[in-house]
Amino acid sequence: MISIQKASKWYGDFQVLNECSTSVSTGEVVVVCGPSGSGKSTLIKCVNGLESIDQGEIIVDGDIVDAKKTNLNTLRSKIGMVFQSFELFPHMSAIDNVILGQVKVLKRTEEEAQIRAIELMNQVGLFEHSSKFPAQLSGGQQQRVAIARALAMDPIALLFDEPTSALDPEMINDVLDVMVDLAQEGMTMMVVTHEMGFAQKVAHRVVFMDEGRIVEDAPTDQFFNAPGSDRARLFLSKILTH
Amino acid sequence: MGEFDYSVIFDNIPFLIDGLKVTFLLTILAVIGGMILGTLLALIRIAQIPVLSWIAAAYVNFFRSLPLILVIFWLYFLVPLFLGRPVGSFYSVLIAFVLFEAAYYSEIIRAGISSVRSGQIAAGRAIGLTYPQTMRHIVLPQAFRSMLPVLLTQAIVLFQDTSLVYVVGLKDFLVSAELIANRDQRLVEMFVFVAIVYFIFCFAGSLYARHLQRKLAT
Repeated sequence: MISIQKASKWYGDFQVLNECSTSVSTGEVVVVCGPSGSGKSTLIKCVNGLESIDQGEIIVDGDIVDAKKTNLNTLRSKIGMVFQSFELFPHMSAIDNVILGQVKVLKRTEEEAQIRAIELMNQVGLFEHSSKFPAQLSGGQQQRVAIARALAMDPIALLFDEPTSALDPEMINDVLDVMVDLAQEGMTMMVVTHEMGFAQKVAHRVVFMDEGRIVEDAPTDQFFNAPGSDRARLFLSKILTH
Repeated sequence: MGEFDYSVIFDNIPFLIDGLKVTFLLTILAVIGGMILGTLLALIRIAQIPVLSWIAAAYVNFFRSLPLILVIFWLYFLVPLFLGRPVGSFYSVLIAFVLFEAAYYSEIIRAGISSVRSGQIAAGRAIGLTYPQTMRHIVLPQAFRSMLPVLLTQAIVLFQDTSLVYVVGLKDFLVSAELIANRDQRLVEMFVFVAIVYFIFCFAGSLYARHLQRKLAT
């Protein structure tokens, strides 16, 4: 489904991605973790072409992301993305956020889009908040609307860029619950997160990044019980002590 | 020096109102035209389309470096020359105002667009919206909301500046008042009245702009 081959990227002289290779197959949940500044957010943004790579290749559903002939808009509509800072459209109600892409990109009628949006608002447990504006919702609620907005495009895979990092602790679980449900329904997911409990529960594989490199790419059990690198061990010991 | 006689105002209300209508019509049309052209210029500059964006920048800097009265004068002579037929002073000054205001509106709108978080563009693109769709549905509505007070303030300035049509003799509010003032020899009364009317509209407008600003800040 998603295949990343020797992807490298530079910001000026600084190399953010250094020959990263990994893949996500259909139905697989892959968690990407690592210290801040390790390039994990950049990597996930390259998957739907929000950032471009300078070398290597990323193939999504058979299309090369950075190829000129690839229609990025079509590709992006197939790959949902959830951002750290939600990025709901503040001038639209929650449900209109979920409707917009369906009408403008998928060319559904207002009515079809509305029906699907209601379904999704129910699925994320926020139907009664449909007509509220993002500013009237808590962070956790906003993020769940953002997930509904991504799901509305009937994506073949979902990308999550630290979806709970900007949330107050008591709201994290509401968002993680929705994500766990999605994972258990077989959604293909690539998730940048520090939520190791989530990783242990639903991830098939964990990718560990440090200084722009993929240091470790292992099945979840193996990653937590017997990490192959010192850096991953150190990271886990820091993040799991408390 | 005789007594002040304010009946000159009341006796000529319909004539003055006609003048005020011209002032308002000119302001409203110039604001609409200036904002449309200004938005276009801002979008061209932000999208950094080669050549076009250079031309847009040159346009903005050119008009911002000229006195408005000069632009009004020029267009008054140039527009009929260009079209090969007279268009009347109203249309020539309207074109002058639109061209001139567009340069200022484009800078305001450009700042408004820049004030929208870049994550919003990413979120729009991420659901598959094209760049123009993202601008139209995500960025511009937010930009206009945050720019509303400044856009209104600019419209107030424009409302005052329309009095410059005096130089081409278009019968706006000021010119109408002046005609009566001269005819009836009631200069003081008339110009006091004109000042009060301009003040009321502009002051009310600025109060509303301030109110909007406070509302948006919360």
